[in-house]
Amino acid sequence: MLANVARNFRALPFAILLIFATVLPAMAGPFEDAVGKFANDEYSDTEEAVGVLAIGGNPLAYTIISALQDGRLMADPDSKKVYVSQPDGKNIDAATGAAVDTIPDSAAAVRLNNRLRRTVEAALGGLTLLSPDPAKRIQAAQSVFKTHDETMLPVVDGALAKETNKGAKLAFTEARAAILLFKPDATDVEKLEAIATIKTRGDQEALALLTGLTGDQSPAIVGAAANATASIQRSLALWSTVQNAWYGLSLGSVLLLAAIGLAITFGVMGVINMAHGEMVMIGAYVTFVVQETIRTRYPQLFDYSLLMAVPLAFIVAGAIGILIERSIIRFLYGRPLETLLATWGLSLVLQQAVRTMFGPTNREVGNPSWMSGAFEIGQITITYNRLWILCFTLAVFAILLAMLRYTALGLEMRAVTQNRRMAASMGIATSRVDALTFGLGSGIAGIAGVALSQIDNVSPNLGQSYIIDSFMVVVFGGVGNLWGTLVGAFTLGIANKFLEPVAGAVLGKIAILVLIILFIQKRPRGLFALKGRAVEA
Amino acid sequence: MPHVLTRSLDRSATVFLLVVAAVGVLIPLSNLLLPAGSIFQVPTYLVALFGKYVCYAILALSIDLIWGYCGILSLGHGAFFALGGYAMGMYLMRQIGSRGVYGNPILPDFMVFLNYPKLPWYWHGFDMFWFAALMVLLVPGLLAFGFGWLAFRSRVTGVYLSIITQAMTYALLLAFFRNDFGFGGNNGLTDFKDILGFNVQADGTRAALFLLSCLALIMAFLICRAVVTSKLGKVLIAIRDAESRTRFLGYRVESYKLFVFTLSACMAGVAGALYVPQVGIINPGEFAPGNSIEAVIWVAVGGRGTLIGAALGAVVVNYAKTVFTSGPLAPYWLFMLGALFILVTLLLPKGIIGTFNAWWEPWKAQRISANAESAAREDGVSEPNPAE
Repeated sequence: MLANVARNFRALPFAILLIFATVLPAMAGPFEDAVGKFANDEYSDTEEAVGVLAIGGNPLAYTIISALQDGRLMADPDSKKVYVSQPDGKNIDAATGAAVDTIPDSAAAVRLNNRLRRTVEAALGGLTLLSPDPAKRIQAAQSVFKTHDETMLPVVDGALAKETNKGAKLAFTEARAAILLFKPDATDVEKLEAIATIKTRGDQEALALLTGLTGDQSPAIVGAAANATASIQRSLALWSTVQNAWYGLSLGSVLLLAAIGLAITFGVMGVINMAHGEMVMIGAYVTFVVQETIRTRYPQLFDYSLLMAVPLAFIVAGAIGILIERSIIRFLYGRPLETLLATWGLSLVLQQAVRTMFGPTNREVGNPSWMSGAFEIGQITITYNRLWILCFTLAVFAILLAMLRYTALGLEMRAVTQNRRMAASMGIATSRVDALTFGLGSGIAGIAGVALSQIDNVSPNLGQSYIIDSFMVVVFGGVGNLWGTLVGAFTLGIANKFLEPVAGAVLGKIAILVLIILFIQKRPRGLFALKGRAVEA
Repeated sequence: MPHVLTRSLDRSATVFLLVVAAVGVLIPLSNLLLPAGSIFQVPTYLVALFGKYVCYAILALSIDLIWGYCGILSLGHGAFFALGGYAMGMYLMRQIGSRGVYGNPILPDFMVFLNYPKLPWYWHGFDMFWFAALMVLLVPGLLAFGFGWLAFRSRVTGVYLSIITQAMTYALLLAFFRNDFGFGGNNGLTDFKDILGFNVQADGTRAALFLLSCLALIMAFLICRAVVTSKLGKVLIAIRDAESRTRFLGYRVESYKLFVFTLSACMAGVAGALYVPQVGIINPGEFAPGNSIEAVIWVAVGGRGTLIGAALGAVVVNYAKTVFTSGPLAPYWLFMLGALFILVTLLLPKGIIGTFNAWWEPWKAQRISANAESAAREDGVSEPNPAE
């Protein structure tokens, strides 16, 4: 149903084109004459015809000239009729746009030479400025902005006068400004206005345009251009800071998501779980399995695949976590170094198991439609998947925090963490709480896997790439404090992204690791350290 | 000096040393003297393989020294091993001279390939063996000293130390992968030709390297024994079992730790330096955190705090690895290794030697007089404390 509607919409522009094509060119006029000239198959006639079509504004013009460019414009010298053989195999009459069953055998493709090809390209560029699709118009205007070709001025002016779309209007105004700025005979007033317009645009291309302004200019223009350049540079620097901050927040949310489960198992329980990354990986593979099932059985539900994967990943990873706790970790309480080794071994086993089941290569996990795409704020682009992951991370964090504070299980968890023997004396089943806590931490890792499957490769090594970073976050933020994890993750994320442009990705990462190592010297227990007896326990 | 090294030997240590010495002499002899094809002749590729095991055994000893006796679990010892290996690799690269693909007399091939204008400053001196040998000790030693000085002084202990050592080797891994870092990037250093004028591929050189590795293992073992049986060793064990108490008794815990950590790093560096000419390549993969943890499991399998166990564990696990990864069982090796980690920590926390001792000691005690029993207790091998 949905897919059908979408297909109809895709066909819409074509349908509109057809309607225009059949209604408009009923009477013979310059357009028909011009089209008829193609049938002569003389270079001079063809050039003349292209010239007429390019400024005529007939909706068929684009179809005809692009057909000419691709050698799909067929002319029949006998009947003087011209046909367009469409890429989809259908044929239309070039003069009327009416569908034609077959093109006569006598028809041959209209020939082109190199000079004509240039004319055709220029005409097409102008015609896209008049394209019925606003997105195409904007794109064409942008390319004019970059080339600021003087000959396009009349077309741009014409398009601007007719334009009703706000975005396209702006694009045309900017294109016009770019042309005027470089037009030798434009007045200073026009040029100053153009500079002002370009300055408002304020992006990298505007900067390139202004710095490219050379030649004999009046001092007023030079001054204005320098002013505009400086102002654009300032705003670009500001935007790049904002951009870095956004990237940092995005990375921070990924780190937080990966580390938050670890903050429970390591931070709250004191259990070093080196297989934590593998829980994340399992969550990602759960997403993959869910999507595969949906793809083969219920393709219309694809957009909801992630919503289904989240609880499933929580349950699967949580169940595996409880199993691990009951079968391995509970025998190792109080022996953190042994726990570390055993869980490392476990991570090897889990990785290899997944590799055996799903193969060593990356598995494709798709973005649902509501998570793909991007939007722009000022000079920065924000992709929906990153934005969703940030929101999702904060939601998971809030739920977890609320759970620890307001539920009975949360209360028991905190009691067991603070004083295990006292909690046991009060009637709390500590071993059950241990298992559930570990299951909770693992389950959250599984959820993290669902989110990370959207931005990272789903492979058996997925978890390994996060484990060291996650530990760094928890250690940096301070053990046993979820807020510390939050602050730690975003601090590391933002610091990383601000270091990256200066030092490069790898060196930035090394610098962060070194800084953390140095930081631990100063505050061995992290940013938000627990104080008092809990420290040595 | 020899007196210091040998007085610490008990019967099992002596047996161990004799076995290593015998292997170190017999294998090269059989390789060189017996005709090829004889069932007693050890083929050259096996000599190199065994040489690799011996280097791993030295690395395991160095880990056991700090983990088994001082409770410092380093998950970054592979970094010291690899640094020692790189120092040796740099010497071997300089020895290639103009015989490289590009025939540049000064610059190694990868530098020509990456358009280095001249030799980076840190490559100077590595054309001299004594300098490279010094660096094999100094570079890991200095890194361990600096790292340990920072870490131990601010009392980073237990799992925190483990994690930051892992971060250290990870950072080095990333750095050495970079082409502009000047160590061959991804491909590392390879295509070695000569060591001290001998062809590294030749049977004789391989045999000599094997013998040298065995000698290094013996030396490392003697040094470790000397350390752990000395008064210093007793303090180390005290630190392992009750760090705060030791500190309150007036010992500078961080100085002891720093000393033993640096010593251990130097040993790991030597192991790496002997490893590289026998394997023929050193690349950043040696810095992978997984390698360091694997080395820890050798020690756990053999028995931590026993020294002999560490060496034994390294050889046993690596032999198993060779058998598994070269046969049809290759896909199952990681299952095996993972299971080994889990089972050893759960069921065999004392390792092979420790468990063997636990069975053997009571039986021996029945037979031998009380005199012998008290001697056994004095030999310095005490129960590892599971808490830290």
